[in-house]
Amino acid sequence: MKTRIAVQTEPFDLAEETARLSAGDVTIGAVASFLGLVRGHNRVGEDDADIATLTLEHYPGMTEKALHRIVDAAAERWPLQAVTVIHRVGELRLGEPIVLVLTASAHRQAAFDACQFIMDILKTEAPFWKKERLPDGGERWVDARESDSEAAARWLRD
Amino acid sequence: MIRVLYFARLRDRLGVAEEQLETFPPTLGALREQLAARGGDWGEAFSDRVLMAVNQEMAGPETPLADGDEVGFFPPVTGG
Repeated sequence: MKTRIAVQTEPFDLAEETARLSAGDVTIGAVASFLGLVRGHNRVGEDDADIATLTLEHYPGMTEKALHRIVDAAAERWPLQAVTVIHRVGELRLGEPIVLVLTASAHRQAAFDACQFIMDILKTEAPFWKKERLPDGGERWVDARESDSEAAARWLRD
Repeated sequence: MIRVLYFARLRDRLGVAEEQLETFPPTLGALREQLAARGGDWGEAFSDRVLMAVNQEMAGPETPLADGDEVGFFPPVTGG
């Protein structure tokens, strides 16, 4: 399986990455993609607040290992020809891309399912942490969501 | 000697990103208890949910520690 995993500060381009993923492999009949963007609004407990910027911290070294392990687990469950996972770190502005997952397979179902699986497991196992800066200059770490743990657990039950 | 790393909110609360420990207990769980027993911010910070890694792999409390290991402590992850 062709695998591309990157943790980077620079932005990425969906079209360019999709072309790179499937280039030269005519056995690929389906590519599914997930693109995560910096949302300008977040709810923390009862506080619904606008945010100004988002900063992504990670655990260098462990992050890359964790992403490789997640992609390998996906490849054991579905017939995949190629996978790309790109996650940005550092300070990001509203509307900018944070994360990209591309999965390529012969048929759509494997591509859809593997893409969702990789995102769901990434959300609970890859060591990234988000810190929001608010318009008034205050900062807060984002809390993990129970719904993310449930989404990941669903795959482990199935 | 082991190297201990702290990340994100946990690091901010402790005011420490990294330290080296010349002597260390035999397991990861015992190390966590030892750190929590430092008192003050340490006890409070480790009373929250803290994830643990040894040599950059998620690890449980029973994981043995050896000279040269890299240990990471961090809050539940929030990437994606």
